[in-house]
Amino acid sequence: MTRSRTRTAVGVVLTALMLFPVYWMVNVSLTPQQDMRKDPPDLFPLHPTFQGYQAVLNDQLPYLLTSLLIGLGTVALTLAVSAPAAYALARLRPRGGGVLGMVLLIAQMIPGIVMAMGFYGIFLNYGLMNTWWGLIVADSTIAVPFGVMIFTAFMSGIPDELTAAALIDGAGSVRTFWSVVLPVSRNALVTVSLFSFLWAWSDFVFANTLDSGGSMQPITLGIYRYIGNNNQEWNAIMATAVVASIPAALLLVLAQRYVAAGVTAGAVKD
Amino acid sequence: MTTVRADRLQRSPATSRATPAEPTEPLDPAARTRRRRQRRRSQLTAWAFIAPLVGYLAAFYLYPLYRNLDLSLHHYTVRSFVDNDAPFSGWANYSQVLHDPTFWPAMRNTMVFTLVSILLQYAAGLALAVFFNRGFRLSGTLRALFLVPWLLPLIVSSSTWAWMLNSESGVVNYGLHLVGLAPVDWLTSPSWALTSVIVANIWIGIPFNLVILYSGLQNIPGELYEAASLDGAGTWQQFRRITFPLLRPVSAITLLLGLVYTLKVFDLIWIMTKGGPGNASSTLATWSYRFGFGSLLPQFGPGAAVGNILILIALVFGLLYIRVQRRQNA
Repeated sequence: MTRSRTRTAVGVVLTALMLFPVYWMVNVSLTPQQDMRKDPPDLFPLHPTFQGYQAVLNDQLPYLLTSLLIGLGTVALTLAVSAPAAYALARLRPRGGGVLGMVLLIAQMIPGIVMAMGFYGIFLNYGLMNTWWGLIVADSTIAVPFGVMIFTAFMSGIPDELTAAALIDGAGSVRTFWSVVLPVSRNALVTVSLFSFLWAWSDFVFANTLDSGGSMQPITLGIYRYIGNNNQEWNAIMATAVVASIPAALLLVLAQRYVAAGVTAGAVKD
Repeated sequence: MTTVRADRLQRSPATSRATPAEPTEPLDPAARTRRRRQRRRSQLTAWAFIAPLVGYLAAFYLYPLYRNLDLSLHHYTVRSFVDNDAPFSGWANYSQVLHDPTFWPAMRNTMVFTLVSILLQYAAGLALAVFFNRGFRLSGTLRALFLVPWLLPLIVSSSTWAWMLNSESGVVNYGLHLVGLAPVDWLTSPSWALTSVIVANIWIGIPFNLVILYSGLQNIPGELYEAASLDGAGTWQQFRRITFPLLRPVSAITLLLGLVYTLKVFDLIWIMTKGGPGNASSTLATWSYRFGFGSLLPQFGPGAAVGNILILIALVFGLLYIRVQRRQNA
């Protein structure tokens, strides 16, 4: 009993250490400007100010909305491309499916910076630079291979009786996919949607190379410009950072088990 | 940050190819054609579902990669970039990059950054996984909280670390001051910049290692530990003789995945130090970006060349990963 209590205490201390940077971000976001360079720094927000958050409301709202749009667009595109393909790979036994799986695995290993440079050339030639939907396309490349693999793994596990019953009822493969397989794959749908949203929301490389002159820019660029322009107002920068972290926090609270499932999907044999 | 097992993708078509087994009783020719036609039709249906993905991969993976290769083999300027009529220059960009005085420092930094990051992430992740594996009150909640650094947008964690490591008003130097140490110019001194970005990167990578290693530990049967403790094995011995050997497959996968992902890290370094001061924290990724986008006079050719070298390195470890994973699932 006491042993377990000691462990809990140690666990709390370790977690606190690990989350200190997050706490510090919140603390700085509430620190008044004149105390920012104080020595020693205030370890607690003794005189909290909401100046920083006021600045977020004034300056960053458009960036946040753009990120929301880009995140949702990326989710839609990722699901539309990956779910049907995964259905075929998992249930319809295409010839050459193994090769495709290998290609997807390798695709995940390509550095984003290389993709960004290739996209830059293409976007410039076709006049797609600085468009929000161009950024959606680029962001979706982070998530599509992951999506196909999650869906395939999940759909392979659906019992054959389910699809066989649909077949007997006269449903074609499109019907079977849409009304039987997809609804059953809810968990995979949630996991893929969560991660594709989060990755698009957090993307900085593509945003900075492909959309840095656009009229609609995502929040990662909002923060980046903040750092570049007003080096001094760290409470505003950190307040934006706090706001930009909200999706991650929500995911963790509302969908913790999907998050953990997404992380381990790769590495562990079950 | 995640890769899914390829084996299912590879295995399911293989096993399924065996399922529509050759008919045992001899069929008349008409039935055989019917069957063949049916099989061909189901192949067509399957590829109709896959077609969007193939088109997508061709347009948004293959084409950018081709464009990148093309960039690295031509002498591009801003003008010829727009007009797309740069002269072919063969391997000139590669040889320029290989003879650049930045090449070896960037290579060395990439290796140091990657290896130190993954080893320390792994060590910390393993220690925490073992710690959390003995369930205790609140252990689930605390483990979930450990995921936070991994979920935060990189720009958020990078700028937070940058402010914490600030020379004059950073909380880290304040901490050093409290224990009587002199302040360090974390991000602005050539001898500390690489260390700083490594520290931040380890912090971001610990959750990934923790989660994977933890679920690996959960698969080790508890009876093994009971038997071992009956035989008088202490905690350390149990770790050395049971946990570590049985976790070896998961460890290999974790380390290799970490390797492939850490090689690609760009945002963190760029936001914290831009690869500086000088080239003190430049890696291949930031160096490539600096060529292409870091100055007013972009050099796309050399930038693409560095990017392709980075792809080659990533692929070596990536294929190693696939091999290890295959063998484990075989």
